[in-house]
Amino acid sequence: MRLDELASVIGGDTLVQGTRENPEIGYAFAADLLSDVLALTEGEDRTTLVTGMISPQVMRVADILGIAAIVVVRGKTPPPSMIEYATELGMPLLTTKKTMFETCGVMYANGVRPCRIRPVHKTRDCR
Amino acid sequence: MRFQIQAGDIEHGGSASARIKSELTRSGVDPSTARRVGIVSFEAEMNLIVYSDRGGSLTVRVEPEAVVVEIEDSGPGIEDIELAMTPGYSTAPEWATDLGFGAGMGLANMKVNADGFEIWSQPGEGTRITCRIDRAGSAAPGRKEGHETE
Repeated sequence: MRLDELASVIGGDTLVQGTRENPEIGYAFAADLLSDVLALTEGEDRTTLVTGMISPQVMRVADILGIAAIVVVRGKTPPPSMIEYATELGMPLLTTKKTMFETCGVMYANGVRPCRIRPVHKTRDCR
Repeated sequence: MRFQIQAGDIEHGGSASARIKSELTRSGVDPSTARRVGIVSFEAEMNLIVYSDRGGSLTVRVEPEAVVVEIEDSGPGIEDIELAMTPGYSTAPEWATDLGFGAGMGLANMKVNADGFEIWSQPGEGTRITCRIDRAGSAAPGRKEGHETE
């Protein structure tokens, strides 16, 4: 599903279009818990983050992970700083009045699938 | 790069890490490594903000084969490191969890994203953590063999 189709099926507003032209939205991860977003998502460059959080940290987490797009649910209004950040990054930012559950359901029904979850790998001591 | 992180400064939480990732990418560190460094430093930064008494330092050093992240604070220290490393275990205050942090994934996530992880902590004294993230482009066969023979 393309970004414009996503906006259409979730009844969303596209606040930031992003730099890539109508990108493919193939995968998603939904959470308000940013700790989980940081810990679990993988393949982020193709992953849309669905969240109800509109704190500055959402954009910083999305920036660090290289998230493909953000959908803000439950009718939250992102502050200007969030819109500016997304614009600077060229990251699509959408809003919808739907709940997270319904947003995810609609996205899944339209072919969007869960992003990969990061496997735990063995670590060695620094020295 | 060295950043001083203030305890309780949630407003700027993650801004040092976003800058670190951006600077690393700009200086030619591959995106995958920069992303892992960003995750490790973000977790460390939030830990300093949420848990430390007086904040602490976050230092990032770029070496030819790895990026090293060092975190140091002067208290309160961790009573039980093994317990603190357990995914899901958290002593975060409510204001942190309200903002989506403090889920008890921080230290475990740092370890998962690092190729080397070392932690020292003493209650009443402080905590020091060193994480080494191997640079993706530096995994030359010779170097890898060297690791295996260690």
